[in-house]
Amino acid sequence: MRYLGHRILQSLFLLFGVSLLSFAFVELAPGSFFDEIRLNPQISSETLANLQMQYGMGQPLPVRYFRWLNSAAKGEFGFSFAYNSPVAPLLWSRARNTLLLTGLATLLAWLVALPLGILSAENRQGWIDRFGGLLTSVLLATPDLLLALGVLLLALRTHWLPVGGMLSVEAVGHTKWENLTSIGLHLLGPVVVLVLVSLPTLTRHIRTAMSEALDAPYIHAARAHGIPRWRIVLGHALPVAANPLISLFGLSLGSLLSASLLTEVIMSWPGLGPLLLEAILGRDLYVVIGAVMCASLFFVCGTLIGDLLLFAADPRIRAERLL
Amino acid sequence: MRDKNKIAVLLFCLGALHLAAIFAGFFSPYDFAQQDRAIPYAPPSRLHFRDVKGTIHWRPLVCLLVERPGTFGVYDEDLQKCFPLRFMVRGSEYKLLGLFKSTWHLFGVSVPARVLLMGTDNYGRDVFSRLLYGSQVSLLAGLLATALSLGIGALLGIMAGYYGGWIDVVVMRCGELFLALPWLYLLFALRAFLPLHINSGQAFLLVIAVIGTIGWARPARLIRGVVLSGKERHYVLAAQLSGGSDLYVMRRHILPQTWSILLTQAALLIPQYILAEVTLSFLGLGVGEPAPSWGNMLATLQQYSVLVSYWWMWAPGLAVIPVFLGYLLLANALQAKGGLHRV
Repeated sequence: MRYLGHRILQSLFLLFGVSLLSFAFVELAPGSFFDEIRLNPQISSETLANLQMQYGMGQPLPVRYFRWLNSAAKGEFGFSFAYNSPVAPLLWSRARNTLLLTGLATLLAWLVALPLGILSAENRQGWIDRFGGLLTSVLLATPDLLLALGVLLLALRTHWLPVGGMLSVEAVGHTKWENLTSIGLHLLGPVVVLVLVSLPTLTRHIRTAMSEALDAPYIHAARAHGIPRWRIVLGHALPVAANPLISLFGLSLGSLLSASLLTEVIMSWPGLGPLLLEAILGRDLYVVIGAVMCASLFFVCGTLIGDLLLFAADPRIRAERLL
Repeated sequence: MRDKNKIAVLLFCLGALHLAAIFAGFFSPYDFAQQDRAIPYAPPSRLHFRDVKGTIHWRPLVCLLVERPGTFGVYDEDLQKCFPLRFMVRGSEYKLLGLFKSTWHLFGVSVPARVLLMGTDNYGRDVFSRLLYGSQVSLLAGLLATALSLGIGALLGIMAGYYGGWIDVVVMRCGELFLALPWLYLLFALRAFLPLHINSGQAFLLVIAVIGTIGWARPARLIRGVVLSGKERHYVLAAQLSGGSDLYVMRRHILPQTWSILLTQAALLIPQYILAEVTLSFLGLGVGEPAPSWGNMLATLQQYSVLVSYWWMWAPGLAVIPVFLGYLLLANALQAKGGLHRV
């Protein structure tokens, strides 16, 4: 329990640091949302000054940061200039979609990578290993940008998958079931891209960890005793190899979120990615900060879950950390 | 020994790719900005070895493209007007290495025909020429950003490892902050607060600065680890005892211990940073038109019609793959040589 508290405190501290860092970047930035408005001759300079006062733009950085913290405490996370609303509701719907996408992709990627990695490690130089090695090398050398474009091309050419958005226009107003299938179909393209992006690293790590575990002397002893092959692999080697794999779970989330950002933009999935890009192009400062905070929150939560799993799985760590 | 050979071969291949980028002006038949509004989205040229009369030529012929009346982007070859492909021809003027003016090009055909190895884009610009010029931007961005990252990383990592104490704590905490963010989000956040509408040259430097700045944490951590054990060596102690200043000891005795880490990290970071530049430019946050970069060339693929219809617009994307593969294999070979585990 003390460990949990300590870790959560550490994560909160990290998030605090991230918000501070974002605000420091803002201070460096020349230009603001109001520069574009200033070019509009129909808006008087008084209106502009009023607007700037209202949003507290003229104030020094610490004051603005404090105001932002205050609004974050109220659950608003600042104010979006472009949408003329608090940031939190904007973020919430987008963040949900990103979470859905990355969560499903993580699950599927592990479901594919785990058997592939274990089989490769068990039959080293076997055909699964060779095929898997080739596949992961090809995928590793292909940038995620190209993978996303490739899947998009496939979807457009074959019409197997709907492209863009989350719901088909026809599906609006239909039953819940039809809506769900529509979302599922729209989800399929981005999920495939993300699984392909994260598959090679996962598979390779799993293969390495399992190979090391399977080369241990006690595994040879177990083999010599005639314990069935799969009981050795799953019952003896996998728990030993699980340790680095659990830490990998937390770490892989970061690259997955980055890949997800790009995929969402290319495949027009209404997640955090398109919102962030629009906000950057429109200089909608608090939305940018909000989206970055949101992504770091996901990432920090992921590593936290990974750490807790590790804590639960490995008694050695439990003993070491409590000292 | 085998590893050494592998590294040599990989370095040779990567060197060749970079040479092609450096001498882009010479290898490309046209200037990157030269438009031909008569032939937007023209497919790659076909090389003919037999003319209308049936005579066989040893020099391939390139025929003039004529748009089929009433269509867009559908072309017929005017077989009456074919011109032989020539090597070492005079063409548009360019600056070699940014210094010497030259008009020599490796190959080309006489006007009005155009030799288009990879077709043209929406303004009728030669994609092959743009690809080569674009590689200057993309590859150089990767190299310079890596140099920046490793420079900051090595400086802070060595300081943190060597002095320890509060410097160590501050540097490592800051590093954690940078590692805690998904890097593309971090990249975007930093980019978000910098000016958007600037010319290509400034954008290029800006992108390098942004990419280079966010990546310092991982090399810094690794280098700190090496320095922590490295500063305990006896010869370091000897140097300190004989009155060597901190700066001297770090430069002369600590830095050389980190070379292998720096090299491996460079091989890992360069492809990542090339991709970062491509991604930024692809999304319109990096180097903009008219200067070509692989990213802004790929950006046309965001239009569904282009994505589906004109396959040669994928060229810059496919060009990334050999560069990527080369650096990945190099990183693997370097890691294997360093006795580290390959993942």
